Amino acid sequence: MATVATSPEHHDAHGDPNASFLDVAKGPMSWIVTLDHKRIGIMYLISVTVAFALGGIFALLVRAELFTAGKTLMDADTYNRMFSLHGVVMVFLFIIPSIPAAMGNIILPIQLGAKDVAFPRLNLMSLYIYIFGACFGLYSMVHGGVDTGWTFYTPYSSSDPACGQLTPCGPPGVGSPSAVIPMTLSAFIMGFSSILTGVNFLATIHKMRAPGITWRRLSLFTWSLYATSVIQILATPVLAITLLLLTMERFAGLGIFDARRGGDPGLFPHCVWFSSHPAVYIMIVPGMGVVSELIGTFSRRDIVGYMFIAMSSLGLALLGFLVWGHHLFVAGMSEYATMVFSALTFLVAIPSGVKIFNWVATLYKGSISLQTPMLWALGFIFLFTIGGLTGLFLGMLAVDVHLHDTYFVVAHFHYVMVGGTVMGFFGGLQDWWPKFTGKMYDEKKGVAGWALVFLGFNVTFLTQFVLGSRGMPRRYYDYLPEFQQLHQISTVGSWILGLGFLILFWNFAESLMKGPRAPRNPWGSAALEWQTPSPPPLFNFVKDPVVNRGPYEYHLATDAELDEGMADLDAELAKANGADPVKKTEPAKSEPAEKAEPAKSKGDEGDDEEKS
Amino acid sequence: MRLDPPTFQLPIQAAEGAAEIDGLYYFVYWFSVIFFVAIVGAMFYFVWAYRRRKGVKAEPTKDLTKLELFWTITPLIFITYLFHVSFAVYIKNSTVAEGAMEIRVRGKKWAWEFEYPTGSREPGVLYLPVGKPTKLILSSEDVLHSFYVPAFRAKRDAVPGVYSHIALTPTVKGEYQVFCAEYCGTSHSGMLAKVYVVSEEEYAKHLDDIDKPPPGQTPAEWGKTLFEKSGCPTCHSRDGSRLVGPSLKGVAGTMQPIAGGPPAMADENYLRESILRPQAKIVEGYTQQQMPPFVFKEPQLDAMIAYLKTLK
Repeated sequence: MATVATSPEHHDAHGDPNASFLDVAKGPMSWIVTLDHKRIGIMYLISVTVAFALGGIFALLVRAELFTAGKTLMDADTYNRMFSLHGVVMVFLFIIPSIPAAMGNIILPIQLGAKDVAFPRLNLMSLYIYIFGACFGLYSMVHGGVDTGWTFYTPYSSSDPACGQLTPCGPPGVGSPSAVIPMTLSAFIMGFSSILTGVNFLATIHKMRAPGITWRRLSLFTWSLYATSVIQILATPVLAITLLLLTMERFAGLGIFDARRGGDPGLFPHCVWFSSHPAVYIMIVPGMGVVSELIGTFSRRDIVGYMFIAMSSLGLALLGFLVWGHHLFVAGMSEYATMVFSALTFLVAIPSGVKIFNWVATLYKGSISLQTPMLWALGFIFLFTIGGLTGLFLGMLAVDVHLHDTYFVVAHFHYVMVGGTVMGFFGGLQDWWPKFTGKMYDEKKGVAGWALVFLGFNVTFLTQFVLGSRGMPRRYYDYLPEFQQLHQISTVGSWILGLGFLILFWNFAESLMKGPRAPRNPWGSAALEWQTPSPPPLFNFVKDPVVNRGPYEYHLATDAELDEGMADLDAELAKANGADPVKKTEPAKSEPAEKAEPAKSKGDEGDDEEKS
Repeated sequence: MRLDPPTFQLPIQAAEGAAEIDGLYYFVYWFSVIFFVAIVGAMFYFVWAYRRRKGVKAEPTKDLTKLELFWTITPLIFITYLFHVSFAVYIKNSTVAEGAMEIRVRGKKWAWEFEYPTGSREPGVLYLPVGKPTKLILSSEDVLHSFYVPAFRAKRDAVPGVYSHIALTPTVKGEYQVFCAEYCGTSHSGMLAKVYVVSEEEYAKHLDDIDKPPPGQTPAEWGKTLFEKSGCPTCHSRDGSRLVGPSLKGVAGTMQPIAGGPPAMADENYLRESILRPQAKIVEGYTQQQMPPFVFKEPQLDAMIAYLKTLK
């Protein structure tokens, strides 16, 4: 196809170099074989959003089944598949690739002032590996799903009752009859996508930064992706090995985890959590990065404790490898091993706390605007603080014995994963949406969606803390009558939560179809990605940027950098609504140079580099 | 007595150490409440006090290294304290008292079976003498399970091929719920049992009676109790509906199609064999050979068979 702009050579050959990346080429082929990180990111975004919707439907079904004790909608086997698929889809298909692969791909190179990621072809390959892996997951779902939980604990997962009939694995087993092998292969394959994305981002951050972007001028989102990439590269291979052993055991009767053949079933949880606990930080650290961006942009103040936040991301990445044992406090470890893991687990509170303190301190004497993305960031701090504090309960050995594997744990990790990562994901999406789609969305619907999600989430999961502390175990299809009232409140909360997400998706769809054109810098941010047009040109900047300040140094940013977008937005909104322009927060200035001047005043970048 | 919580958040305390655990729980709970209110209160206050105003710019951030170090080091001291007190309680609770009574606990899909020091086995019900230090020795016959009694604040995984244990001294007489807390398949949520904490005399009497039919009950009535306590209904319905295993309605005295063999008459010997050695004959259509073997004494077996024959 002559119009496909997939590589520098193609692009240079024709067209307006300043045309938006969405306009340089059209048609399906321009997407399928694109090497543009923004298009790849958008394809990731669509994939993870579909996965999120699917996982969300499973979650709603789980909650609906729990509305009454005993059978409400489905039988026990179906319920067990529903909660397992909810976990598998949300963990492997949504949350791990959500912020790093989707949003990181779209935003990271722009924040670095780069034309693309370091290895664009590898980037496209990562996307296709992810989709290839996801196909195995879908195959498993239509062939009976899995009922093992997303952790695939052996011997339930590895001991196939159909052994000897279809597969050569020896005597029939005592475990799950469901389609475990395609699902573990799915996670195995998607792991490669994760590793390659990590390699790509590390190389990009090291080698592709624009002149003037020193390590102290990296955005905190970039720092968080740096930490995440390190975990992705180091932890994912262990998960791959573990899942491969599980697959071999189930298919060929390897006997690593099977006590009947001299294996040790207790080994599997160690292997899984050695890789999956770091993966928990793959899930949450990028969310923290997004929140740092949002706090900076919407309070227009340099982030307090920039280096402390950046280093706390790396600290979490390191600690993440040392605390896996806290998932196994009641699994039969020696008391002294649990002692070490408990002590290390408490250390996680330090970098997490440092981030919270610094975000709140940044608000002090800021200039705070409560636009939709900021609401998500504040929601993140609110919910993640609860998630973090309830982690203290679980870190305490004596208390964990009671709370382990109850709804308390379910509520705790949902406060971290949904209250944290999903809040960060949607906050980032609402923040960067105008940048990569070039369209604004309706603020009112955005706020309404956020409010319903926030309310529904708390109704759903706050009740589960009480369920758990009263002794309700997790993964239960049926429960004792005294738990019914709290379960029903939780289920009603899940409907509010679902409604909130529907409004959000409606808002995004409406924005795509008839949203007003987004200005260059609708939020008045000092960060680099807002200094280029919305949507950006194929190579992100009209002129190669030269940077002479950090992304949050509002006192160094010129009025032009902060304001030029606002005037545009007001005019657009006025046109769209047929009403008076909304009040400007700061006097708008028309800058004749804005079109040609992508980033910052240049010249003394050498001096600044020395300083930092 | 049911699981009705004596406090809003936690169930009744029925074992030694439970009060200390609850003390830790509430200590961290109130710390968290205060910390949360402070953080979120500050957040809301700043959002309101420094809301965006025309012509007012954010104040540039100063160097705050001392403040950073303060909120890095202070929590470190606090969590060190938390770790210390919780580990102290934990190690005390996990230490088995000298001369503790040992009871075997076996998890299998989907029932708990208990074996007393006398050798008597009992499914689904565990009697413990109040105030007596006890060591529960756990294992599993198939997949991972976890023995969990909320009222005792006690939980431990039962792992196939490995023994694990719970040290325990029940302190309050009553009936307490046992859950399986590690997901184990279809009827995970049906893998329940009861613990009865009773006086020494009642405990001794229970052990005497355990292998005898309860006075005034026919063998079939006793068989029904055993059937239910052994967890049989988690796999075998009595109304003809299909669960993991075949329904037992109208099985006794009829010909059963057997996978890979000639049909068999479900007489007393067939029923006996199916309880003691479930893998010997599998009914056609049930290829997932999941049932674990059960151990019963002769009078119990007779009662079970008598009960199965009443399921028409």
